[in-house]
Amino acid sequence: MDEGSAAPLRLCVRRSGTRPGLPADGTAASVWVAMRVPADVSCVEEVVELMARHCFAGTEPSRRTSFRLRVLLAEALTNSILFGAGGDPTRTVRVAAEVAIDTIRLQVTDDGPGFDPDTVTDPTLPATVRRPIGRGLFLIRNLADRVEFNSQGNTIWMTLPRA
Amino acid sequence: MGFSKTQNDGVAILKVEGQLIVGNRQELKGLVQEGLDRGERKFVIDCTQTGYIDSSGLGALVSLSRKVREQGGELRIAGLNDDLRALFELTKLDTLFHISPTADEALASF
Repeated sequence: MDEGSAAPLRLCVRRSGTRPGLPADGTAASVWVAMRVPADVSCVEEVVELMARHCFAGTEPSRRTSFRLRVLLAEALTNSILFGAGGDPTRTVRVAAEVAIDTIRLQVTDDGPGFDPDTVTDPTLPATVRRPIGRGLFLIRNLADRVEFNSQGNTIWMTLPRA
Repeated sequence: MGFSKTQNDGVAILKVEGQLIVGNRQELKGLVQEGLDRGERKFVIDCTQTGYIDSSGLGALVSLSRKVREQGGELRIAGLNDDLRALFELTKLDTLFHISPTADEALASF
């Protein structure tokens, strides 16, 4: 917690070296992009666009891929801001992307207590489909090729193709 | 990012320009509520210019649809591109909403 809502968004781009916080999976990272973001939902769109620009730098993704990345980031970021950091703009959440040639692995982390992703209800059931809430994690699981959580449930990784 | 509103034959058309996400869903809710307060009962959410919608945006549409229906009206969706339509199908919201290819077709369907 080193910045408040008035702090500008700071983005760090690293073209080689270590990959802090990411589980090793054998993928060679070419670019690591990271940001610390105030826990304020009004930042979400700007952060998504900034991250998307860096994730797709030098390539022209399909419209579908571009759409997936934006929805995935918006969902995970919103969850962390609202539920991890309680929507308190004096707190921050961390967003990062490991951009390889063919894949992007997004990471969102908050300093909250985390949650158990296995307890989330299916929002497409007859009993739940009319509810205004509860679709975030469902969208993430269906739009990402792979979704992982840390054991505490306050970090999510989402992998998708870059093309 | 924003909303524009027009009227056509007693139908309020709300165009979503940009994203419909957690940061602006309240603005859309406010616009529909203002319309309801003025006696409007038919609404089209035109997504022709929409980039993406997150779960908060989808949730806002669900709650607005219910609110409008409770007052004897209807809220319909128009202009979804392939990605947005896939989102509605994935979440089964295509079963809750009347979805038209274009705003004109949505207007004609009332």
